[in-house]
Amino acid sequence: MSISLVLLIVMAVMYACGIFLLLERSMTRVLLGFLLVGNATNLLILIMGGEAGLAPIVGNGVTAEEMSDPLPQALILTAIVITFAVSAFLMALIYRSWRIEQDDDLDDDAADVAMRDGVSGIASETMDTSESDTEFGIRAEAAVSTARDLERSDELAAAEAANSVVAKPVTQKSGSGEDPR
Amino acid sequence: MIALIIAFAAVSLLLLPLTHRLGRSVFLVAALVPAAAFIYTLGQGATVLGGTVVAERYAWVPQLDLAVSVRLDPLSWALSLVVAGVGTLVLLYCARYFHHDEAHLGRFAATLLAFAGAMYGLVLADDVYLLFVFWEATSVLSYLLIGHYTERKASRGAALQALLVTTLGGLAMLVGLVMLATETGTSSLSAIVAADHEGALAITAMLLVLVGALSKSAIFPFHFWLPAAMAAPTPVSAYLHAAAMVKAGIYLIARMAPGFAEVPLWRETLVILGVFTMLLGGWTALKQTDLKLVLAHGTVSQLGFLTIVIGFGSRDTALAGLALLLAHALFKSTLFLVVGIIDHRAGTRDLRRLSGLGREAPRLAIIAALALLSMAGLPPLAGFVAKEAVFTSLLEEATAGAALGWVALIGVTLGSILTVAYSARFFWGAFFSKRDVETVRPVDENIDFLFAPAVLAVSGLVLGIFPAVMDVSAAAYSESFPPGSGESYHLALWHGLEPALAFSAATLVLGAALFMLRGRRIAQNGSLGRFSAAAGYGRVMGAIDRTAARTTGLTQRGSLPFYLGVILSMLVGTVGLAAILNRSWPTDIRLWDFPAQLAIGLVMIIASLAATRATKRFQAVVLVGVTGLGMSALFALSGAPDLALTQILVETMTLVAFVLVLRRLPARLGVQNGSGHRVVRAIIAIAVGTLMAVVAVVATGARTALPISLAWPKLAYEQGHGSNTVNVALVDLRGWDTMGELSVVIAAATGVASLIFLRSRTETAVRPTRTTTFTKIRATLESPTASGRGSWLLAGRTLDARNRSILLEVVVRLIFHSLMVLSIYLLFAGHNAPGGGFAAGLVAGLAFAARYLAGGREELAAATPLDAGKLLGAGLTLAVGTALVPLFFGVDALTSTWVSGHVWLFGELEFVTSTIFDIGVYFVVIGLALDVLRSLGSEVDRQQEEDLAVKS
Repeated sequence: MSISLVLLIVMAVMYACGIFLLLERSMTRVLLGFLLVGNATNLLILIMGGEAGLAPIVGNGVTAEEMSDPLPQALILTAIVITFAVSAFLMALIYRSWRIEQDDDLDDDAADVAMRDGVSGIASETMDTSESDTEFGIRAEAAVSTARDLERSDELAAAEAANSVVAKPVTQKSGSGEDPR
Repeated sequence: MIALIIAFAAVSLLLLPLTHRLGRSVFLVAALVPAAAFIYTLGQGATVLGGTVVAERYAWVPQLDLAVSVRLDPLSWALSLVVAGVGTLVLLYCARYFHHDEAHLGRFAATLLAFAGAMYGLVLADDVYLLFVFWEATSVLSYLLIGHYTERKASRGAALQALLVTTLGGLAMLVGLVMLATETGTSSLSAIVAADHEGALAITAMLLVLVGALSKSAIFPFHFWLPAAMAAPTPVSAYLHAAAMVKAGIYLIARMAPGFAEVPLWRETLVILGVFTMLLGGWTALKQTDLKLVLAHGTVSQLGFLTIVIGFGSRDTALAGLALLLAHALFKSTLFLVVGIIDHRAGTRDLRRLSGLGREAPRLAIIAALALLSMAGLPPLAGFVAKEAVFTSLLEEATAGAALGWVALIGVTLGSILTVAYSARFFWGAFFSKRDVETVRPVDENIDFLFAPAVLAVSGLVLGIFPAVMDVSAAAYSESFPPGSGESYHLALWHGLEPALAFSAATLVLGAALFMLRGRRIAQNGSLGRFSAAAGYGRVMGAIDRTAARTTGLTQRGSLPFYLGVILSMLVGTVGLAAILNRSWPTDIRLWDFPAQLAIGLVMIIASLAATRATKRFQAVVLVGVTGLGMSALFALSGAPDLALTQILVETMTLVAFVLVLRRLPARLGVQNGSGHRVVRAIIAIAVGTLMAVVAVVATGARTALPISLAWPKLAYEQGHGSNTVNVALVDLRGWDTMGELSVVIAAATGVASLIFLRSRTETAVRPTRTTTFTKIRATLESPTASGRGSWLLAGRTLDARNRSILLEVVVRLIFHSLMVLSIYLLFAGHNAPGGGFAAGLVAGLAFAARYLAGGREELAAATPLDAGKLLGAGLTLAVGTALVPLFFGVDALTSTWVSGHVWLFGELEFVTSTIFDIGVYFVVIGLALDVLRSLGSEVDRQQEEDLAVKS
């Protein structure tokens, strides 16, 4: 199959310009890049259809061989409408971002940046070495005088855990502190 | 048997609602199921022990040769009795153990019964994959059971640790099982065991399966999870950690031993790890102060013992091993239940705080003593009978010249000495009176609470006095091994003065001496030590967490351009490599299809390049729009009138939407945006552009066959009854694709409306209905302040005079209805001429856009016959209906049919049912357009007015 050089170059330029815009931080430019890439992709599909022919409408003695390939056309038609729907969604995003932040820039995600800088880490669940030696404690039928008050000690443990979290709000050293979940 | 497994699952689901009504008595209901399983198994005894295997099979996924196949042979029979019998008793015990107000009782009961079911299935399963499913089910359920006290940190940590260790082993086991099943060509466990196993592959597979078995049965180096799992409620420990789950690994070893005992490394691995575990567990048990931990470490030790004996895999050790397994299940679960009763009564399990309990609770002490004597191996209890068999059989192997026999024998003897010592320590710690320790308070002993441990303890006694009962099943199992040189051994209480008796006596004497020396020592609270396996587990988990945090920090940079850059670079790298390796280039490259392509293409290229450099928003939008219009021109000239029409309409619509949004944004585009990496971005962009060109060339060159679409025009005309092939393809030939597209459009439209109408997390703006709008318009018209200028549009006067354009109102007034008629024409003509639902919907959308632009949001609301959401829904309903209705006529979905007839004034007309589908498309597209207009238009207007009102 042969290929049209002009269409090929137009497509490559639109892809390049679209990607260049997509890599921007301004949401408006990202949307414009998206539209350019969308057009370039439609062009790619059109190129796949091969040489241009007559409209794929039966009648007037036109044969299937003379027509443009209807399959890529159906694909492109769908793609055009979806591109519109998605870009409308992106516009709504831009508007909302502007309304909330007075800004249409894509800033780095704060939580990710914190993780990257090592400010926040993962606190892992650790084994408690001071095992309890009872399930009942003072709730037992005839508890010994030294039996533990489980509910109280659990509360205490919780309070201690809370204190330790307050004392070192962010700790990179994993393995300490209660899991925030 | 399958029915019983299902009963376990079904009843456990029922327990949850029942708990609200029955409280802790729900355990009595739960106990019925394992009791039924126990009775059933007992009833099959004569058949199974007589040499007949009872099997059931239900094809599960026949294509993959997966089956729910269960098999009851002597080994499964014995294990089923343990699982069902101990399960029944533990459930009965639970009915007394928990308080009525215990939290999450229903969940606990359901999980415990489900666990019993999984365990029952595990010992019956004959298909290795089914075995694995049950195996993992026990892991997951044990996680829930160990973690029952969700509010206790130790409980959660222990549950997770047990889960991680056993599932890690389980995964290794799965790999091993798959290897074995592939190698032998069957997934039947019995067939795999019966097959020949030779070569490195078989050994690797076997070792992998053993990793699973050993981790489940808490054998070194996986032993550490078991003592930690003592954070579970004590009935759970009695069942899972004495009788059932930890026996799963032992069961698998016993199951495989007949076929694998002679495979290299089997015996070496099991005996050496077993001996080490037995000694380690016994020694640690001797140092514990928590009675439950004495038992836990003792269990680790006993599991090592079982691994040695069962893993040894000769005929007589197999017999001894199964007897030992039964004896251990009885005495160890008894002891756990006893500990539970002590804790329930005294509120502690610490032997340093218990004193005088033997005098206050004599019945409990007797029960415990029976179990401890069995554990220590004293006559006339089951433990003694089993241990005698162990000594005799191992001695025979050792004297026959097997070096491992000596290792096993010496290990077992030393381990038994430790067992005697920690048994004594348990009894001393729990029941003796101690100086300087306060005596426990007297309470009446509850006979019903003692029932379960009493039955288990007495069973140990009965089996000891009548060992023939054990012997029958153990001997039946041992027959699966090749007969030894001498006469086969049989269990008996009295074998005469044999060497084994001397071993037993020696262990007792030395054990008693060890207890006197070390057994009453109170060690400092057993620190685990830096090099213990548990500490190793902690370090591994910590390292994993840290690595995860670092990897996340390294890869999740939080920057969208960075992510995109990485993705695109990968694309260029991988696809580029594939393209370079390509050998199929197109035969020829032509310059253009027609000269106009060059002119249009030049305009598009210039517009694209300019768009990247534009500094004003509107400028950039228009430049991008130019490329869209260029596309439209290309389509029109390339024989794609539908595309040209749709593209030009979409361009217009996009421009309208853009203008609506851009009016709220500053005109200038930010200048600093991403400027730091301009060169990098340009390089990536150029690389991707070039790559796509290469891909296009390669793909075109790779085409050899004629396109499938050559048949489409004929298909469209004859089957779809339409001349416009593209349209028929959309609504008929490839209707499913369009259906998918409609869903995307609806999702996007809903997303647009949600983003704009959402004010806070909970509140959404009220969308004006048509009636309220009309009322409002009428009020404006009738108000005396209304401007004197005539109105061409319904809501014209609602607008501020400064915002009105009479020219626009007149034009819109004149063209709106024409546009609507045009859109309906396009809709129906689309089947045979350019047009169709998409184009028609866009034309209608533009007509509404014109109304909005001229008359404002009141005008739009008044002009809209239906809410946008309803239109979207109606559209999708029509499309789905068109797809589904043919099914009722017995043909494939989306099959179209047609009617033709003579209509007055119109002449001969033809109606194809796929047109209904197109009407659905039409509605959806109008819905999308309306959603865009009312969100980005009307609602943004309103918010702007609101903002202005706030400012002033």
